[in-house]
Amino acid sequence: MAFTTPKKTVRLNRVIVRFAGDSGDGMQLTGDRFTWESAAHGNDLSTLPDFPAEIRAPQGTMAGVSAFQLHFADHDIVTPGDSPDVLVAMNPAALMASLHLLKPGAEIIVDTDEFTRRNLTKIGLAVSPLDDGTLSNYSVHPVGLTSLTVEALSGFDLGKKDAERAKNMFALGLLSWLYHRDLDATEHFLNEKFARKPEILKANIAALHAGFNYGDTTEDFVVRYEVAAAPMPPGTYRNISGNLALSYGLIAAARRAGIGLFLGSYPITPASDILHELSKYKHFNVTTFQAEDEIAGIGAALGAAYGGSLGVTTTSGPGLALKSETIGLAVATELPLVIVDVQRGGPSTGLPTKTEQADLLQALYGRNGESPVAVIAPNSPADCFDAALEAARIAITYRTPVILLSDGYLANGQEPWAIPDLDQIPAIDPEFATVANGDDGTFLPFLRDADTLARPWAIPGTPGLAHRVGGIEKADKTGNISYDPDNHDLMVRLRQAKIDGIDVPDLEVDDPTGDADLLVIGWGSTYGPITAGVRRVRKSGGKVAQTHLRHLAPMPRNTGEVLKRYRRVLVPEMNLGQLALLLRGKYLVDAVGFNQVRGLPFTAPQMEEVIEQMLQETR
Amino acid sequence: MTDRPALALKAKDFKSDQEVRWCPGCGDYAILAAVQSFLPELGRSPEDIVFVSGIGCSSRFPYYLSTYGLHSIHGRAPAIATGLAVTRPDLDVWVVTGDGDALSIGGNHLIHALRRNVNMTILLFNNRIYGLTKGQYSPTSEPGKITKSTPVGSIDRPFNPISLALGAEATFVARTIDSDRAHLIEVLRAAAQHDGTSLVEIYQNCNIFNDGAFNLVKEPGIRDEHVIRLRAGEPIMAGDRKVVRDAHGHLTLATEGVAVIHDPNDLDLAFALSRLSGSELDHTPIGIFRQVVAPTYDAGVRAQVDDLATDADLHALLTGPDPWTVR
Repeated sequence: MAFTTPKKTVRLNRVIVRFAGDSGDGMQLTGDRFTWESAAHGNDLSTLPDFPAEIRAPQGTMAGVSAFQLHFADHDIVTPGDSPDVLVAMNPAALMASLHLLKPGAEIIVDTDEFTRRNLTKIGLAVSPLDDGTLSNYSVHPVGLTSLTVEALSGFDLGKKDAERAKNMFALGLLSWLYHRDLDATEHFLNEKFARKPEILKANIAALHAGFNYGDTTEDFVVRYEVAAAPMPPGTYRNISGNLALSYGLIAAARRAGIGLFLGSYPITPASDILHELSKYKHFNVTTFQAEDEIAGIGAALGAAYGGSLGVTTTSGPGLALKSETIGLAVATELPLVIVDVQRGGPSTGLPTKTEQADLLQALYGRNGESPVAVIAPNSPADCFDAALEAARIAITYRTPVILLSDGYLANGQEPWAIPDLDQIPAIDPEFATVANGDDGTFLPFLRDADTLARPWAIPGTPGLAHRVGGIEKADKTGNISYDPDNHDLMVRLRQAKIDGIDVPDLEVDDPTGDADLLVIGWGSTYGPITAGVRRVRKSGGKVAQTHLRHLAPMPRNTGEVLKRYRRVLVPEMNLGQLALLLRGKYLVDAVGFNQVRGLPFTAPQMEEVIEQMLQETR
Repeated sequence: MTDRPALALKAKDFKSDQEVRWCPGCGDYAILAAVQSFLPELGRSPEDIVFVSGIGCSSRFPYYLSTYGLHSIHGRAPAIATGLAVTRPDLDVWVVTGDGDALSIGGNHLIHALRRNVNMTILLFNNRIYGLTKGQYSPTSEPGKITKSTPVGSIDRPFNPISLALGAEATFVARTIDSDRAHLIEVLRAAAQHDGTSLVEIYQNCNIFNDGAFNLVKEPGIRDEHVIRLRAGEPIMAGDRKVVRDAHGHLTLATEGVAVIHDPNDLDLAFALSRLSGSELDHTPIGIFRQVVAPTYDAGVRAQVDDLATDADLHALLTGPDPWTVR
């Protein structure tokens, strides 16, 4: 242990850290580990991974910058934050790509070893920004991250390349020192990750400690920071990303329904992690099928649903387009099916790794004919668990496809999650048909339940209930092929009535003063930024009500009534106004959109500004 | 196939109450009758059998059977049947499809089902024409086909469904003819017994849009010189000629020499046999080209699930390795 001088500790309420480097620098891993350390420390937190679609974009270029932002606090927070307080920049491109986000005074830790003429040229700079005054408004810590790491590992049997690759652990160690983090969990993680590569393992742990000790000994860092644990309701917590929470929600749903889970899927960013996760859990009676294409993925899921499993398919926007004909078949055959669309920037291939919520109208209306389905959206990473459960509950109870609209921000973002008590999750009854339901002992596959309008789920192998279903219009009750005009009109209306009648909870409005004139309504992942913006406005005395839609189809019964209570209605969306169009069309309210499609979530200041502006207009 | 004693069921027990609505004279009637009369042999109740179809004339098939049936969407039946077969090994899963359904819009699903070797029997009704859409050429139509969509003749080369299936290394590949009831049932029997994906191409006459397409191999008097009946372990004969290997080892027809003995385990032989005749039907092998024992996809999937399936601790999974408690 080096000889150390005690350093001052400053208490902070919240901190935003951004790690930025090349796609190959391990920034996502570094950010992820720092997130776990913060969670273990008891902070509330929210994260935003921000990386390019290319696996290894050209080294050292702006296009190749991969970043991970973490917001942690001693209180309840809802967004990954806006302006980082600390930027860790592994090269000039990472620095320049993030600089515009920083407030004056922010701390910047740069790897000076990477500020070579060659790397500067790659981003069109003749002079290093470390030397030309570009950073004069910031508190810069120039650290030779690469050379210090290589030096720290000089005693190891490693090539220079391998030694250099551990520099992200050096940076993590330094940040861990800076924020009073415990290294145990990361050491434990490294032990598992490199169990079969002992030399790499030792090197990474050594680099981690070298970074920690560097903070302790160098005179460049004179203060450490402490962000206390956030008060949270009692319970056991873990850190969780949206895709993981969604996977767990699906497993829990199948478990509570007492049936197998079948996932038919084709790899697509940013949904693939759900396929990866579920493929690990065969011991929970989970079957995963990597299909030949998106259509086969949902086709197999529908086949499994026909056989009595919880059939699920996962995809992103372009894949949802390919699945639409099969969703139509599931509407016509009235079989349970969960379709997860982890939305990304579109149209077409669009922005595969960036977030957007522009598939709402596709989910609701993107099929031929009158083809109603239930549509729901989670509002935070952890909420993906509950949303998956709810999707399965509706699908099974009402024998209908349900589209769950997650997005790239929810999928990869992380936050603390209070681990639920499984016994508290209501059971889902698949109510398989076992006996004939017709007066004369015949089976009527389209005789509906009086309450839910759901038809019987009679699975093959059930004696006496053999029947034929398909995409051709069916006669009411018997399910026989029918081209009768009145029957078609009836069946179209029955299918719509079934969806409209789904039992969904009323909208709850957060209106603390009770006399706000302005209502902000959103759906999906904008919940965090909208909530943060609303809090800011209220802090400065503004009156604003907030509500958020989980159910997009059917919408809660009191939606119209809630909307009409307010003089103005604001709808922030990461699209060009899809929910606003629906609200205007369905409820005849003058909903005003705030729309942005930058592939990034809204920020709290942005929401604050929009709400303030709207309040001023309302006055 | 199960070991339970054969049920005393008859063909009529596999008929549904629905009126059959194919055009009078359609080859589909003969196939339906053959399937209905064969199904009792499975020794299974109608509720344990599922017919999945796509779109097209042939895909109406499930409506006319008393089994469970799913009339799906164009080309996707193999994908849907895969999900069903993987999750329900207790069922006997059949797919009914046509040349447009299986080889055009659904070509991708067909080849992947075949390569995976999912336990199902695929009946491919090949009439070399689009019937339900009223007479456009299909991916098996002979070159130069004059149809509504090709008034001066089709240009593209047709698929040879048997070669295609063998290219995907399907483990059971056979061809039969709608009007040859005895042969059709013999092939169905072997296909149904096969563990894995069985592909049965059935030459089927569309008397409205492509009448007589298979006359060469159907008409008494001429068929014998064009049909090559494949029987395992027997010399391969084409009428009074033999199928022999030439100096380069290629199959050819000759009156002299040693006839090749049919071996359904030999993929190369099966492929060579499939190349004896293209759309011109001059020398058309019928029977089982390939029949090999190979692991099935669905059994492999279930083994992975079953090996691990326990009442696994979901709470432990949700909790993960690094939880923390707030009191």
